[in-house]
Amino acid sequence: MINPTIMRITLRGLFGRRRFLLLLPLPALVAGLALLAELLGSTPPDWVPAVVVGLGFAVVLPVMALIVGASALGSEIEDGTIVHILAKPLPRRAIILSKLVVAVAVTALASGAGMVAAGLLAGSGRLALGLFAGTAVGAVAYSALFLALSAVSRRPVLAGLLYVLIWEGMLSNLMPGVRLVSIQHYAVSVAQSVAGTDLFNGTVSVPVTLVMTALITVAATVLAVDRLRSFALAGETS
Amino acid sequence: MSGGASVVELSGVSRWYGNVVAVNDVSMTLGPGVTGLLGPNGAGKSTLLHMISGFLPPSRGTVTLDGTPTWRHPAIYRRLGLVPEREAVHGFLSGYDFVLASARLHKLADPAGAARRAVALVGMEEAQHRRIGTYSKGMRQRIRVAAALVHDPAVLVLDEPFNGMDPRQRLHMMQVLQRLGDAGRTVLFSSHILEEVAQLSGTVQVIVAGRLAASGDYRTIRRLMTHRPHVFTIHSSDDRRLAVALLAKEPVLGVELDPAGGLTVRTSDYGTFTRALPAVALAEGVRVTRVLPTDESLESVFSYLVGS
Repeated sequence: MINPTIMRITLRGLFGRRRFLLLLPLPALVAGLALLAELLGSTPPDWVPAVVVGLGFAVVLPVMALIVGASALGSEIEDGTIVHILAKPLPRRAIILSKLVVAVAVTALASGAGMVAAGLLAGSGRLALGLFAGTAVGAVAYSALFLALSAVSRRPVLAGLLYVLIWEGMLSNLMPGVRLVSIQHYAVSVAQSVAGTDLFNGTVSVPVTLVMTALITVAATVLAVDRLRSFALAGETS
Repeated sequence: MSGGASVVELSGVSRWYGNVVAVNDVSMTLGPGVTGLLGPNGAGKSTLLHMISGFLPPSRGTVTLDGTPTWRHPAIYRRLGLVPEREAVHGFLSGYDFVLASARLHKLADPAGAARRAVALVGMEEAQHRRIGTYSKGMRQRIRVAAALVHDPAVLVLDEPFNGMDPRQRLHMMQVLQRLGDAGRTVLFSSHILEEVAQLSGTVQVIVAGRLAASGDYRTIRRLMTHRPHVFTIHSSDDRRLAVALLAKEPVLGVELDPAGGLTVRTSDYGTFTRALPAVALAEGVRVTRVLPTDESLESVFSYLVGS
């Protein structure tokens, strides 16, 4: 079901792209700000909500997932290299699942590193674990969503940014009901639940979070597989 | 190794985009050997190849490989190799790694051995460990052919494979394709250059404006092309006198005086006419100031074929 060759090519392609490498310092920003706050004498209740939730979950995680997801599939579709993979007798779901595994792992590890560091700086191993769990759950749903956007849209980064900025950033704060379909809120809820912390609050219950994460992941993956099955090349190019 | 002969069958295939018809009611059967798909740019060759290789659904009709529709059936790639026109490759891989990845994606029993054989087949051993990003256009093309051949497919589809190759590389690639054709593989390649098709393939399918304009042995088609009328525009010191004298010459089929000056001559034989013209002008004491062969574009050649 998962193809190691596709995973290897996807991974090498990812680390060969400048826009991904430029993003790598983002998670370090979370850890850096946490360190700075500690050095300046702030207490965790002062900085954790802003740095971890406001920056980590609201910006770093979705942006990393978006760039990784769009690079893993969208870039190959855009530059035409996907044809070399599609012209093989492989089930399309194997291609999508392999890329999904890579996207989730890279997003979770890169974003999670900054979050774990922030959790440890706040003085709690359990908080660090909770933040990583939240990041991992968010990485799964975001990656599936952005891979699907790459398969559906010619401008996956723009579409993804609209979702992150407008839907999650604005509407979910104005209309509480929207949070039920907000991956950011799922990630925060899981982090809060695993960490058992009162430094920040989850707004969606954990069972709802898990069900919705599974639903979004499965629906987005099925959509991406179906679109890849019907991948068509443009007609005359000359 | 897939081995065996395979047949690609197109039956009443049309493809349109909105109101634009790219391919119009094309039927053909492609069997073992090398077949050239010839046509001017924009004729519908790529659209046809994309449908044959399962990368485009026909709007009407069917495209099958050994009876299996090519669209949405990835299993056909066990028997089909594709070299698309767009030369996008994973530039961060070495040539060998690119071919090896292809072999692995095909789940071949000995991917390394198959990759080595395919690289050798296209003569890329020397540069195989360099990053593809550093390759010339011709080298890229050859490594893409190696990747498409790595599983020894019964059918090989190549879209404008000789683009960017120097004459030596072109000759080598032609020999590779010829050998595959002789070995019973079905090789289909597109080109807008008649000489490429003439050198390589016994069978030619000519596509013009989305339609199958001519089909069959290239010598017949070549003859049609050679014997078509040629048109010249001539300016001289006495157009009328020259026109009368030219009409008396055998290869001249017709002469028309242009009210704005000059004359248009239609001839059945390019060589005889261009040799006769100076003699006629000299004999008549007419000074020829300009001779322009018109209608020499490939498109006009193809249009003539459609007409005949």
